[in-house]
Amino acid sequence: MDLTVSSVSHRYGTVEVLRDISLDIPGGRILCIVGPSGCGKSTLLRMIGGLEMPSSGTVLHRGAPPEGCLNPLTFVFQDFALLPWRSVEGNISLALEDHPLSRAQKAELISDVLTRTKLSEFRAAWPRQLSGGMKQRVAIARALAVNPAVMLMDEPLSALDAQTRELLMDDLVTLWTRAPFTAVYVTHNLAEAVRLGHRIVVLSRRPGMIREIVEIDMPLEARCDGDPVLEAHKARLWKLMRDQAAAADMELQHG
Amino acid sequence: MADAGRPVPFRGGGFRPGRVRGVGLAVFVLLIALAEWGTRTGWISSLTLPRPSDVGATLLNLAHSGMLWTHLAPSLSRLVVGAALGISAGIGVGVLIGLFSLIRAGLIPLIAALFPIPKIALLPLFVIWFGIDEGSKYALIALGTFTPTVVATYGAVDNVDRTLIRMGQSFGLSWASIVRKIVMPGALPGILSGLRVSLAIGIILLVAAEMLGAEYGIGSYILQAGSLYDLERLFAGVVILSALGVATSSAIGWAERRLLDWRS
Repeated sequence: MDLTVSSVSHRYGTVEVLRDISLDIPGGRILCIVGPSGCGKSTLLRMIGGLEMPSSGTVLHRGAPPEGCLNPLTFVFQDFALLPWRSVEGNISLALEDHPLSRAQKAELISDVLTRTKLSEFRAAWPRQLSGGMKQRVAIARALAVNPAVMLMDEPLSALDAQTRELLMDDLVTLWTRAPFTAVYVTHNLAEAVRLGHRIVVLSRRPGMIREIVEIDMPLEARCDGDPVLEAHKARLWKLMRDQAAAADMELQHG
Repeated sequence: MADAGRPVPFRGGGFRPGRVRGVGLAVFVLLIALAEWGTRTGWISSLTLPRPSDVGATLLNLAHSGMLWTHLAPSLSRLVVGAALGISAGIGVGVLIGLFSLIRAGLIPLIAALFPIPKIALLPLFVIWFGIDEGSKYALIALGTFTPTVVATYGAVDNVDRTLIRMGQSFGLSWASIVRKIVMPGALPGILSGLRVSLAIGIILLVAAEMLGAEYGIGSYILQAGSLYDLERLFAGVVILSALGVATSSAIGWAERRLLDWRS
């Protein structure tokens, strides 16, 4: 399933957040959106996922979602959004309960995603017992359980420490190489963008506009930290963003 | 020059209330012992305070004669029925206020107007509306527990983490599922702590409810003793009410440990 964002603009009251964004999100690839803080990248993601209405413009999806897809547009949130009163298994089953699945089908789906995210031993654990990295693994498992057409990831690694982030990036790459999924990945971290993005969209500071779209052809599994090609991409992206990031930092927060 | 160094002074203590067993009981025992000693030595006159041992004897008598149960049974049934009506209506209305802007705008001022009314003042009116029998007593206790439950419930619903609700929507959960699986469990801690207040108010109103048209009941027992200035019986009744308060409070504590075991 492909997504098209066509001339989306948005304002909160008098503050213009996004201006005329048009984007193609091709299936089977990871698209990263980077930009200085407050440039509206998370807002754009929520619009792509139907959690927010743009002031003007539309987001279209074309083609049918894959077989067995329960929730075509599925989010992974920065703060994990796990229900503290449900176990790991219960949190995953939450996403399945509103669908007509038999008990056995649900159990099979849950076991499958727990295995894929290496969480099988933690099936019965409470979220409070898990580290940040484990919590995000649970959230990723929950997203995988509904077999999404597009994963919408809103700074999924930003609440984690650098080492955990590195490990989870490897896990995401493994998951993707085993079964390529479509993803829109919002981040402010350029290292994540160049490691995971097939295509990187750079937004300007508020009002967010597309400044540049960078394609990285290197296959995900061949990328590693410190690779000269990736470092060059990263340096170039940082040059594009640097002044804007500094200026954005000085702005007052609106809402 | 040879400075051996001094240890850094520790200043991180306190502000961490823990669970200390037996102290609550010790405070009770100490106060009762003090009253017993005071009344025996004549330091406290028998008009000021009855002797605790006499109150105990009165209680034992009451229990032996079977009158304790005769008084307790109607009071308990009034409390249970009245509080069940008030609390279930309160939770229902509170959740509606928490979920719908229109209901919130319409009802919050009404609740604010109802809350400070001393419900006892309405008892004569309730007697006319609901009859002098059990009806008016249920109504008084129900109204008294209703308002604090509403306020606690909508506060608790307001405090449910919005990102969890967004998450539910992002997975395409139905409205009913979001309310049942996300809003209600998230509001439960706040609702339960509101129930402590509501039930205490219910016990207070029990005595008021039995002021009119009650032959038996802890409240009427206390009121009779009060009008005769029979301090032993008055205090015996008060002890029963206190015990009721401790019992409801520990019942809620038990419910919290059972239902909120995910918290710690």
